[in-house]
Amino acid sequence: MIHLPALDLLFFAVGGGLGAAARFVVDGEIRSRHRGGFPWGTVVVNVTGSFLIGLFSTLAATLTRLAVADDVAALVQYSLMVGLCGGFTTFSTSTVESVRLAQSGRLHLALGNTLGTLVATVVAVALGIGVGTAVGSLFL
Amino acid sequence: MARAPHRDWRYVGLVALGGACGSLARVLVGAWTTYLTVPLVAAFPAAADAILWFPLGTLTVNVLGAFALGYLLEALARRGRETVRRRKIRLGIGTGVLGGFTTYSALALDTQSLLFPHGMPWIAVLYVLLTLVGGTAACLGGVALAARVDRTRRRNR
Repeated sequence: MIHLPALDLLFFAVGGGLGAAARFVVDGEIRSRHRGGFPWGTVVVNVTGSFLIGLFSTLAATLTRLAVADDVAALVQYSLMVGLCGGFTTFSTSTVESVRLAQSGRLHLALGNTLGTLVATVVAVALGIGVGTAVGSLFL
Repeated sequence: MARAPHRDWRYVGLVALGGACGSLARVLVGAWTTYLTVPLVAAFPAAADAILWFPLGTLTVNVLGAFALGYLLEALARRGRETVRRRKIRLGIGTGVLGGFTTYSALALDTQSLLFPHGMPWIAVLYVLLTLVGGTAACLGGVALAARVDRTRRRNR
């Protein structure tokens, strides 16, 4: 029923490793510049990664138009979506940061982080799909 | 002053290694959870569409990961000053493995696609509520468990 060839798993793992490393660097750079109480690093990572997953969700269709084989196009698309974007973005850190804000008495910031991240990432996905579809239509 | 860890390639490599393992585990857990849907669809054929579209894998990894990270960070904080070994655990397991195991982009993409192309807004609302409430509760549970383990450890010393 479920088909997960070793090559796909290897690509997901490599993408996830690169994504996690990129998250660590981006979050660290934002953290070192912005010393407030709000976890902007994780917010930026999650919103950017959500834009990218929306963008990449349209990639296989575009690659197929450029005469890339279907299975190769699908492997590239899912490695970027499941591997890279999946490893880049994180739910656990975002949740811990909200819990810490709440525990320090800043309940409004905790709720703002939880609900704001959700709304911003869903909008970012829609934007990514829009941009990806528009770029893909240039190759029609 | 020592170089910040995110500018030290050894720590970046450690996070990458952890992230690769965590992402692989996320994909495998996601594949396994689809087996759970088979008996569910057989039991409730009228709800087959909703069951098959529900992102059970992402919900599972996110709630489990929130629990584990809550536990890990609280346990480390209670041990006191961050030694090099504790920093390696925090970055390798916390930022790497658990950061890569959980995902926000799939949560956002699935919510968006349940809302718009598939037109299942109630499934989207249920999914988001279970993720955010379940994730927060699991994280608090992890923090509480680490606090309890730490108190027992101190009492027995």
